[in-house]
Amino acid sequence: MTRREISVDYIARVEGEGALKITISNGAVENVELKIFEPPRFFEAFLRGRDFREAPDITARICGICPVAYQMSAVQAMEQACGVEVPSPIRDLRRLLYCGEWIESHALHIYMLHAPDFLGYEGAIDMAKDMPGVVERGLQLKKVGNKIMSLLGGREIHPINVKVGGFYKTPTRKELEPLAESMKWARDAAIETVRWVSQFDFPAHERDYEFVALRGDGEYPLGDGRIASNRGLDISVAEFEKHVSEDQVPYSNALHARIKARDSYLVGPLARYNLNAHQLSPLARATAKEAGLADQCRNLAQSIIVRSIEVLYACDEALRIIDQYSPPSEPSVSVEPKVAIGYACTEAPRGILYHRYQIDGEGTIQDAVIIPPTSQNQLSIEQDLRALIVEEIDLDDETLRALCERTIRSYDPCISCATHFLKLDRVEC
Amino acid sequence: MTKPRLKLAVWKFASCDGCQLSLLDCEDELLGVADAIDIAYFPEVSPRVIDGPYDLSLVEGSITTEKDRQRILKVRAQSHRLVTIGACATSGGIQALRNFSDIDDFVAVVYAKPEYIDTLATSTAISDHVPVDFELRGCPINKAQLLEVILAFLADRRPNIPGHSVCVECKLKQNICIMVAQGTPCLGPVTHAGCNAICPSYNRGCYGCYGPMEMPNMKAMTGWLTATGMVSRDIQRILQTFYANAEPFHEESTRHDA
Repeated sequence: MTRREISVDYIARVEGEGALKITISNGAVENVELKIFEPPRFFEAFLRGRDFREAPDITARICGICPVAYQMSAVQAMEQACGVEVPSPIRDLRRLLYCGEWIESHALHIYMLHAPDFLGYEGAIDMAKDMPGVVERGLQLKKVGNKIMSLLGGREIHPINVKVGGFYKTPTRKELEPLAESMKWARDAAIETVRWVSQFDFPAHERDYEFVALRGDGEYPLGDGRIASNRGLDISVAEFEKHVSEDQVPYSNALHARIKARDSYLVGPLARYNLNAHQLSPLARATAKEAGLADQCRNLAQSIIVRSIEVLYACDEALRIIDQYSPPSEPSVSVEPKVAIGYACTEAPRGILYHRYQIDGEGTIQDAVIIPPTSQNQLSIEQDLRALIVEEIDLDDETLRALCERTIRSYDPCISCATHFLKLDRVEC
Repeated sequence: MTKPRLKLAVWKFASCDGCQLSLLDCEDELLGVADAIDIAYFPEVSPRVIDGPYDLSLVEGSITTEKDRQRILKVRAQSHRLVTIGACATSGGIQALRNFSDIDDFVAVVYAKPEYIDTLATSTAISDHVPVDFELRGCPINKAQLLEVILAFLADRRPNIPGHSVCVECKLKQNICIMVAQGTPCLGPVTHAGCNAICPSYNRGCYGCYGPMEMPNMKAMTGWLTATGMVSRDIQRILQTFYANAEPFHEESTRHDA
């Protein structure tokens, strides 16, 4: 019997600590384990007993790369529990803040984490030696995203200005104006980015994924919508746990999510795009077409093109919001707690982020459930790796290992996020 | 003779990744920093590993597992200077809330099969395990301060990081005091400077995410909080958040058991 073991002790250029172990026995894949060894931090446990207004700041600390996603899901879940709807200028400002996070997080992934795989570099700093202008463009694009975050959120990482009911302070039109200038530059840079990445060589691997994303109502989804898939899933956010189960596996500190009626599913830019391409801005649609990207795309490596299209969309959308902005009469609306359960799901850069909270009449959190995108993708990542190995089994270990790492990076996994999950036996329907 | 290039390593323990991301958020300076020093170990940026010893190690995250307790000893042994960055590394972070609860209950809330989970009962600062050359506070750290720390160690001098309170930063910005003028509860008087008083600048009270300043007067602080109408339970909550494990915050919080 011949056994091959391919392992990566520490997957580089991803957020957080993960490892990979693949066992091949007699030419067949025996085992694929994406091990998340990032230590657990138990957010859902210590959220119990906290005030409902603390949830956005506390859950932001789950992830330094997508804190806005956590804040948006948390505030909306609390507002839903308390029966409050925020006025449209506040909704727009939240959308603008989310655009900032998409631009920042996507630019980081496109230029610093993902592109080096296509161009044969170890990282962006080596890449900058040969193509300083390109890396500089990526960094400046990322900076524009951060500029939205600091202006609207107070700072780039763990913004301080988001609260249940709205914001602590809302900007005047005049304060938003300088952003518009930066956004116009960023929009051009995003078009350049799409053109640049669409020239890369893409491996031909495709898989028939079930794509799960929010479906926007007349707009590309960021902060709200029904949860939908290309296989007929069409549910309200409150129904999510009825349709998804999570399993704990011994080798990982993250749970595996799957659609109960079927199997694994995929969330993130590719899923959003496949379900919502028609809702992109005209410029983003035209640029996608020019880049040769069809409305349906099953090639995960091409998610780098989709991310670039989403950066372009976020720039366009930010400009639209800034242009139409008229400040709300008050920065926030009052939210009085009541005994209730609140649900929210928003589109983090890496895919849907689900929160559920149960609060009492004083606003104390009784129970919290958080399902981040990377836990939802973990099963799909492992299935992709299996399919890849079956197809490429004749390659030597080193080449195969590199291909596996590239596959994982295509997902833009966020391992800090993935390392805390809800209890399996609670998810019953 | 050219001076040998300094070797920088960036290590992650239990954390959200935000503090090491602060280095990548230095969009205008990152390539300059990379020109001046060798980034010898920084897995989030490159798989390349240049072997130690390292001139400067930046350490993010707290110690929460037995494996990490061993790993930090190895990191220290390979590092000429070791600087901890962020609330997790300098105090245990928000995950240190477990220090005041039963860890088995925490594991059981989150995981169906607790036997798979390897964790310590506490989350502790790096300085509880190894000697540390400098601690840069904040949840998250301020990236300008991070650059100052790197530059200082490059030049072999002490970093210029003020130890006073957020109040001083607020005064320098000429903010009107939100606690005095509007009665908004604010931890500014006892919180370590570094954020540039952003919360009060956004009409929000400071919530202490840079931890206690040197020699804070906690009793006077909570007297003020009570005067603004804050009840014991909320005082305890605000002190038991991102720097829950810092002695002045923790000790004062126990005086306000709900």
